[in-house]
Parts: sequence; structure tokens; C-alpha cells
Amino acid sequence: MSSNDLLIVIGAGHAGAELAVQAREGGWPGRIALVGDEPALPYHRPPLSKAYLAGALALDAMALKSRAAYDKAGIELMLGRRVVELDRSAARLRFEDGHSTQYSRLAFASGGRPRRLPAAAAGADAAENFHYLRTMADVDRIRPRFVAGARLAIVGGGYVGLEVAAVAIKHGLKVTVLEAASRVLARVTAPRVSSFYEQVHREAGVDVRTGVQVDGFDLDTTGRLVTRVHCSDGERIECDLVIAGIGLVPNTELAAAAGLAVDDGILVDAASRSSDPAIVAAGDCTRYHSALYGRSIRLESVPNALEQARCAAAAVNGNERLHEAVPWFWSDQYELKLKMVGLSQGYDRMLLRGSLEQRSFSAFYLKGAQVLAVDTVNRVPEFMLAKRLVAERIAVDPDRLVDEGVPLKNLLPLA
Amino acid sequence: MPQLTIIEWSGKEHHLEAETGQSVMQTALDALVPGIMADCGGSCSCATCHCYVDEAWVPRLPPPEAAERDMLECALDPLANSRLSCQLRVTAQSDGLVVRLPRSQV
Repeated sequence: MSSNDLLIVIGAGHAGAELAVQAREGGWPGRIALVGDEPALPYHRPPLSKAYLAGALALDAMALKSRAAYDKAGIELMLGRRVVELDRSAARLRFEDGHSTQYSRLAFASGGRPRRLPAAAAGADAAENFHYLRTMADVDRIRPRFVAGARLAIVGGGYVGLEVAAVAIKHGLKVTVLEAASRVLARVTAPRVSSFYEQVHREAGVDVRTGVQVDGFDLDTTGRLVTRVHCSDGERIECDLVIAGIGLVPNTELAAAAGLAVDDGILVDAASRSSDPAIVAAGDCTRYHSALYGRSIRLESVPNALEQARCAAAAVNGNERLHEAVPWFWSDQYELKLKMVGLSQGYDRMLLRGSLEQRSFSAFYLKGAQVLAVDTVNRVPEFMLAKRLVAERIAVDPDRLVDEGVPLKNLLPLA
Repeated sequence: MPQLTIIEWSGKEHHLEAETGQSVMQTALDALVPGIMADCGGSCSCATCHCYVDEAWVPRLPPPEAAERDMLECALDPLANSRLSCQLRVTAQSDGLVVRLPRSQV
């Protein structure tokens, strides 16, 4: 590679920004362009449903890095720009404005977009008080209506929905959470952890309704505002504001149209290389084979995005860094610090250590003696130890695991 | 602007002008100092912005809160002067602060 070469990074979220900077740190000698369709400097996304929504974090505290940092690294920011076509045989990209450019290496860090609510497709999702929550612009549109006394209907009892509920309650909104599954956080946690979170939210004043499908909306006479949410059980929920958080769709269309291998995620290896030697990919838009779980996975996670980006940056510089980090996630609701490590799918039993009542516990998901995943609530030290239990596939004795008299670190092999 | 010195594990020193109110972590990120990974973005959730505060500075900084102490307990190679740089704010009083980065963050 020479100084004439151009690395283009599509997507300016956590993965894209890290990839661009690390590619430079790793010695990329040519130009680097970081392309994002949002106008803002690449920013921290997790606070969107927490401190930024609460108004506790100013705009300039949201940036991942200052503009000066990109200048220093020689990264050209192409913000508010969208790539609409990729011609791999010519190594050429075309932008929405018609401009096209040739690349030497290309990186996909295109992330994902909110899954649309089918029941809103008839027009409700164009209403001024109906929102998804993925970008800073989304939250900026939400905030004028996010005021004390407003009736907020949240569709989806996942992390985003529950985090929003917690912030909304603190702000004095009247909050209803509508979850289609029989419990909140159904995709990620065990029933006991779900019921724990349902109880926490109910005690805080949230009206949590599970097993409820949203099947329509009433609009006011102008057609610009949602006034009621229709539920499958016949209920009608009056509302001033609707926020839907029902999952993420990876942005893979551009890659798929160009013939890259895609299967609910751009397929990459452990070094973040795609099926095209000139193209790497990182973050929520990718799917890779997890050696730990023996299957392909697609994660929606900041730590995963950053680590894959570091691998991708190494790859564009001709080096190999393998992604071996164990998946982990966090969610802050009220005073509860939920930290999760691993993926629990396929567990055969869940063991609890600690106390639900005291809001301090760890839930271990076991398959035989192997710990697949651990959810910890207000138990940070156990979370750090749990990371090792999962990553190193340390076999555990279930009796000692649940015995609070045995420090968790005693279950780790002696160093 | 308050001065901040960050010393990588390798010994390489970064002398930075820090913005009052920012965290030491963000200052390091903006200056592209390697060794501050900051995977959780400063929410006190990952301990990848762990640093050692110069001994002379330890008593001059506000002590860590419970959440930070919990994280530090489990950081790699913790010492009595360990802090999470995401929780250290740059202030007029922190002018001249010196922190060192651990071996695990290279």
C-alpha cells in the first residue's frame, strides 16, 4: 500500500470511527475517508436511551472523538453522505449525490436500523409523535414531547424500551410498555430475570403489559399525531408519544447487491475479512463464526463493534488480529447496573447467586458444567470474574456457584 | 487550560492541554493516546481506561465512588493508586496531573 491508496469506511458509528483511527495507528499510509449518513461527528450511541434522552449529556459530550483527533489522524470525514452503489469489479463507490470514487480497500461498518413496526406502516410511523430510537436525531425529535405528565406508550420490552421507560418515569411521564412476548427481555434472559425487571418497572410506576401485540393506531383529525394504540386484546391506550424499540435490521443491502456473502449480516471471518479480499466489515452489520459457541452469531454490541473494528483495521494493513473476545453487554435502568457476558441460548439450567429482593444477584446460564452466559445485577466484581468463567470455559460446581459463602473467585483455577 | 500528562506503559509521554470538565479518558481519546480503550464510552462498565495516578496526586483527587471501586477491584493489575480515567474530571485543581497506563492496555 502507498500514499496514493484510499481506504473508505462506510458507516461512522462506533465500529467505523474505531476502524478508521486504528487503521491509521496501524500504519495505513494513504488516505482514509470515513463516510456517515448522519451529520454529527461519530458519537456514543448507548447514552441515547439513557443520559442523552434525559437531557443530562450535552451534544459535545456525545462525540467519540473530537474533530481535531480525526484531523490529527488524517481522516477525512464525509458526514451527511450516503453510498448508494458498490461496483466491486471496478472498486468503485457511488454516492447519493452522484459523485463516485475508487477505493483500494473498503470497510463496511454500516450498522443497523430500527426494525419497523408492521402495524405502523399504514401511516402511524410518519406521525410527529411516533418515533424509533437509534440516532441522535431521533432523540432530538422525541425530547420536546418527553415532558412530565405526557402519556408515553413504548412498543417493545427490550433493552431500549426498558431503558427509555426508566428515564421517562424519572421525568414524570406516564409510561406503558407493550411487549408482544410473554415477558420482557425474552430474547436474552431467563424468565426469573425477566420477571425481576417487570417487577422493578411496575414498582417504579410503569404499566408493563406482556403478551400484547400492537395491531394499529388512531391518528387525530390532522393525521399528524397518534392518539391511541390498538392492542390485540382489544385495549386502547391513549398516548401523547409513542416510541417503538422492537429490534435492529442490519444494513447489508449495499453489500448484498454487490455480491458479497451476506446472511443476516455481512459474513466475515474472525479477522473481520469479508468474502472479497479488498473488503472488511465490523460491528452490528456483520455475522461471524464464534469459536466459543460453535455457531455463527451477529451481535448488537458496542464492545463487539470496537473489537471487530480493531481486527478489521489490522486486516487492511495486512496483519491478522483474531476476534476472540467474549460478547458482553450492559444496560442501566434506575439504579440497577445490569451487565451480561456470553450468550445464553441453549442453556439447560439457570442458577441464581444472591438475592432478587435485595436487587443484587448473578444469574448463571449453564449447559452441563459449562457457563454459557451470566447476567449480573449490581454485582460488578462478579461480572468481571464471570467474563473469565465464560471465556475460558471453566467448568463449575453448581453447589459452590450458588453458595455465597464461597467467593466466586475461588471457582477460578489458581493463577 | 489544565495540563495533563499521560504516560504509556512503554514510557512514551503525552503532554496534553485538557479541557475543564472533560474526563481524562475523553482527553486521551481526543489526543489519540493508545492504551485508553474506553470500550464502554465512559459509563464505568468496562475498566479498559484503567490508569495509575501519580502518587503525589492521589490525595488531591476526589476519591472513587462505589461503582468505580467495584470496577477497579477487578481490573487487571490494580494498585492502590488505580483509577478509571473515565471517572476523573479535568478541573483547575487537576492542572499538572500525571497518570500512567497499565501493561494490559497496550
